[in-house]
Amino acid sequence: MHNLKPITPLGAETARVDQFSALTIAEVPDRALASLTAREGCKEFREKASAFLGFELPSVGQSAAGSAYAAFWIGPESWMVDAPYGGNEDLARQVKAAVEGSASVVEQTDGWCRFDLSGEATIAVLERLCNADCQQMAVGAVTRTQIHHLGCFMWRQDGVFTVIGPRSSAGSLHHALMQTAQSVCGLD
Amino acid sequence: MTHSNRLGGGLVDQSTRLSFSFDGAEYQGHQGDTLASALLANGVRLMGRSFKYHRPRGVMTAGSEEPNALVELRSGARQEPNTRATVAELYDGLDARSQNRFPSLKYDFMGINDRFSNFLTAGFYYKTFMWPKAFWEKLYEPVIRKAAGLGSVSFQDDPDCYDKGFRHCDLLVIGSGPAGLMAALTAGRAGARVILAEEDFVTGGRLNAETHQIGDMAGSDWAASVVAELVALPNVRILTRTTVIGAFDHGIYGAVERVSDHLAVPESGKPRQVLWRIYSKRAVLAAGATERPIAFENNDRPGVMLAGAVRAYANRWAVTPHKQVAIFTNNDDGHRTAADLMAKGVTVTGVIDIRPDAPSLSGAEVFAGAQVVDSTGRLGLRSVKLRLASGELRDLNCGALAVSGGWNPNVHLTCHQRGKPVWNDAIAAFIPGGELPFGMRVAGAANGDLSTMGALKTGAQAAKDALDDLGIRAQLPDLPKAEDAKISLTPFWYVKASKGRAWIDQQNDVTVKDIKLAHQENFRSVEHLKRYTTLGMATDQGKTSNMGGLAVMAELTGKSIPETGTTIFRPPYTPVTMGALAGRSVGKDFHPTRETPSHKWATEQGAVFVEVGNWMRAQWFPKPGETHWRQSVEREVRQTRNSVGVCDVTTLGKIDVQGADAATFLNKIYANGFAKLAIGKVRYGVMLREDGIAYDDGTAARLAEDHFVVTTTTANAVLVYRNMEFARQCLWPDLDVQLISTTEAWAQYAVAGPNARNLLQKIVDPEFDISNDAFPFMACGEVTVCGGLRARLFRISFSGELAYEIAVPTRYGDAMIRALMEAGEEFDVTPYGTEALGVMRIEKGHAAGNELNGTTTALNLGLGRMVSKKKDCIGNVLSEREGLNEDNALRLVGLRPVDARDAIPAGAHLMNADGDVSAKTDQGYVTSAAYSPILESSIGLAFLKGGADRMGEILRVVNPLEGQDIRAEVVSAHFVDPDGERLRA
Amino acid sequence: MLINHPLLGPRDAQEFTYLGDAALIQRPDWQADDAADQFHEYLYLRDNPAGLHRELWFHEAGDRSWLVVTRNTVTHEITDVQLARDVARNEGRST
Repeated sequence: MHNLKPITPLGAETARVDQFSALTIAEVPDRALASLTAREGCKEFREKASAFLGFELPSVGQSAAGSAYAAFWIGPESWMVDAPYGGNEDLARQVKAAVEGSASVVEQTDGWCRFDLSGEATIAVLERLCNADCQQMAVGAVTRTQIHHLGCFMWRQDGVFTVIGPRSSAGSLHHALMQTAQSVCGLD
Repeated sequence: MTHSNRLGGGLVDQSTRLSFSFDGAEYQGHQGDTLASALLANGVRLMGRSFKYHRPRGVMTAGSEEPNALVELRSGARQEPNTRATVAELYDGLDARSQNRFPSLKYDFMGINDRFSNFLTAGFYYKTFMWPKAFWEKLYEPVIRKAAGLGSVSFQDDPDCYDKGFRHCDLLVIGSGPAGLMAALTAGRAGARVILAEEDFVTGGRLNAETHQIGDMAGSDWAASVVAELVALPNVRILTRTTVIGAFDHGIYGAVERVSDHLAVPESGKPRQVLWRIYSKRAVLAAGATERPIAFENNDRPGVMLAGAVRAYANRWAVTPHKQVAIFTNNDDGHRTAADLMAKGVTVTGVIDIRPDAPSLSGAEVFAGAQVVDSTGRLGLRSVKLRLASGELRDLNCGALAVSGGWNPNVHLTCHQRGKPVWNDAIAAFIPGGELPFGMRVAGAANGDLSTMGALKTGAQAAKDALDDLGIRAQLPDLPKAEDAKISLTPFWYVKASKGRAWIDQQNDVTVKDIKLAHQENFRSVEHLKRYTTLGMATDQGKTSNMGGLAVMAELTGKSIPETGTTIFRPPYTPVTMGALAGRSVGKDFHPTRETPSHKWATEQGAVFVEVGNWMRAQWFPKPGETHWRQSVEREVRQTRNSVGVCDVTTLGKIDVQGADAATFLNKIYANGFAKLAIGKVRYGVMLREDGIAYDDGTAARLAEDHFVVTTTTANAVLVYRNMEFARQCLWPDLDVQLISTTEAWAQYAVAGPNARNLLQKIVDPEFDISNDAFPFMACGEVTVCGGLRARLFRISFSGELAYEIAVPTRYGDAMIRALMEAGEEFDVTPYGTEALGVMRIEKGHAAGNELNGTTTALNLGLGRMVSKKKDCIGNVLSEREGLNEDNALRLVGLRPVDARDAIPAGAHLMNADGDVSAKTDQGYVTSAAYSPILESSIGLAFLKGGADRMGEILRVVNPLEGQDIRAEVVSAHFVDPDGERLRA
Repeated sequence: MLINHPLLGPRDAQEFTYLGDAALIQRPDWQADDAADQFHEYLYLRDNPAGLHRELWFHEAGDRSWLVVTRNTVTHEITDVQLARDVARNEGRST
């Protein structure tokens, strides 16, 4: 085992949590991501992918989840596979082995930072950050749009709204979330 | 508390007491007051001075259309000029000052302008200050600006924040008067997502200003009951204090919500305003109507107001502008004001109705067929002069005159796309017409249905029709009993034969005479009229004046008003503060920043950062004792070239390219060939635009038969990705190739210098052989580091040294730089920043952004041979154009000053040693320059005509702007290690 | 403006990057005898219609699809939106 210590996208050893009257913003550093894009005309791709994931790949704008993995749609014939980081440090290699040349798989884990928003003010905060109709998004819906000029995935999960943005701008994204949370919830 | 002009009843809470000040005097008002209503209650009619003539002016309206009562609100950094007192909600401690007067509102020195009004007519500035031209900027404009104008700004940073937001709905209802409420109720009950936007701080619109019953309730009570039902519906959102400012494409509306303007200071953390972008599938515009005045001589004295406003002040705010009020009207609506005032105990000294057949009114004398021809009262109205139907003149005492010239539907938003309003004879006004913005319907007074019943009915119907479009079934609610009076009006715009000035546009001081003068000088189009006289160009955009101006113009040209036409209505509907438009994009938040994986460590080292695009990159790392940046940079260069240096190069774009056709695809993207690149090898590549100009360069590493990683320059990462997707999707749609950016996923460090391998051998796990034989120049591969962490290693060099780039997952980037520094300690390793990077690449003659400047070809860059003629790639056909391939084409060369003490000036131009310095004799230009600590001389890269064949020539390097003129020798651009022995070591 | 993305439904135009005339899909054959002339025309000559215009938009902040949007340049009305890749295939760009 190597002895290198990871840091979170916000540059700390532990994940940051910010609490407002009706909102919690929690940095989530412990998820692994790999993109999965079908090769041209590979008919066996979906079968292989679902055999590995344990569920059918979700349709446009949707996500699906099984016991070990989740996946969400990111583009035509393209998905992001999501799993706990522990045990899946090299998620891309696992996915790649499973789909065997029927898809292109790329490690995306550290390309992104992730914040889970929960609490009553979640929608009110998000509607001041992005143009997605977050109120109408059902659990499992995913869309990609801009927050503070940053392309972000907005993923509604059970109980939390997950915002996944570019890792190098984690500080800016967090700052935007915090400012807006203050706008909506006020400061104590 | 004594409010000399406060009446009974109203919708203000007379049990509350709010203190405020105006021009330093202390007053009191009630919850529910506006600044205007509270001032009137305190007997204050004089509220401002006019723009040009500094005429005393009072409040004219009770809404956002107000032209006169503009004040400076608040003080210090929160001072806000040009606030309309009619919409400024009263709060305890409110502090307001009048504008455009000195030393005080009552005694204004610049009132002298009024005496010279014969000179200050339309086009005055254009005619007078034309000559001499240079005087305009330095003398005339500053003086005029000081004398004329509106409020002043504080010149301090706004301490408040502003948000932007996005909302979605099936139906947007604009306005919450009877039409808007019925539309929202109809849609809300049907389960549609509704947003009801109301400009005012209370809902109900005109219902709050009238005494009409709806069903068996007061109009305001009915409005409150509907709002109560709407509030309980989860699918309806009511936004008060929210003005819809523009109708944009495809059902998108802009709206400003004044979240905190009614508070002295916003609540902690909360914004002052929010600019909403509302995505609506359908919209109902129920914006009501604006009353218009009738112009007559001296019709601008404080106390001359619109009749509907006087009625609103009485009914809603329980205020009268004066104990004695007269009415001047051309329609029945003026009589309502008289009746409502009398019901509140105000004396109506007369109703002057221009109609010979005016109806009678109990309790007040009606002067049928009479006109108001003049008024008296220096700082406030004292009396008006009437010309009776008989021609006889008579003075009539009154401290306020309520004027009604009829109502103009608020068509503004209907015209923000292509709508052109159409004339309606029944109400003598424009109503919405032509092509309305997508999905918009108009209801109530905004559509010319001026009765309460008409508003209720059309509001409900518009909502139902809109929902029908969307496939949502809606029921029309039962209509309550309501006022349904017919319109009785005789169009009348201004009193003729007045010798003095009759004001059309009070905010910009435009009179009937000014319009006549403009016409006389042949400004016939309304758009020209507007710009020449400035009619309608003030902050109120002529809401109460445009129609009057059109009517006068129509009469002069002998055309009808509809033939004369309106000027174009543009957003915003009412003034919007710059803060709301800026939102959070202020100061450091103007754009997001990007931090490299070593940012935290570099900060600890005291690195100086530079913004490169959004990236924060370490520029250099000063050491104790270094007092000038060049000391640090030169040390970093020397340490790297002598031993080893480390630089964070994560910012270079990385694009993962996979698929069976990945190599074929890259062959089309790069000018040079990639099809035969071996697995485990890296190749330098140049990308061209389709016009043959080089636009980016970088490397592509082949990790597998079907897998490459392409690097781009930091600046072009987004563009290259976009272009590659274009090529993949649009040009070669069937190639099996997949792209995704991985720039941020990997922390990548350049390790450069003779000891680079020695250092990396301590980092890369021993099972990976990175000796020169096993891992030669341009090799790449997957390795593990520090005992098992997966990593990618590339043997590439930008500095010209033996160099590698090592990439690890970004979360380990911080640990990696620390590990590299620790392992390098024995080699005296140095981190280096972008400056040292820049010096070394100039020393090596590598092109960067300065050379890839959007005008240069591969040939210019000395890379002409790389462009393959044997394959199809972006840009190769047009790169062969004759003009780009002349023998004398610019070529990249190096420059060294003849006198070692000289510095090559970047951006300077090259001239022949014995020729003229002129554009004609220009030989090229310097793109990059630096002091090379290795050569101990200034060096430069330059594009020189026919440069490849001019080695050794002495040129003049001149920059006439800075007075620089030195001599330099043309040398190879590869100053250091021209044969590349170091990087292959 | 809203662009009705064939996969994602209506999306705000601010998520897109505009390129230009959809004729840019019709990149000439580099081996044609008059390739230089064809490329010159392809790159530099554009119609500038007041009316319907087929144009390329890139969903940069979204799913990274290039779209061919048929837009009325006078009214901004958008009458048709297709994935550019499908358009390219239909227009014979398949290899």
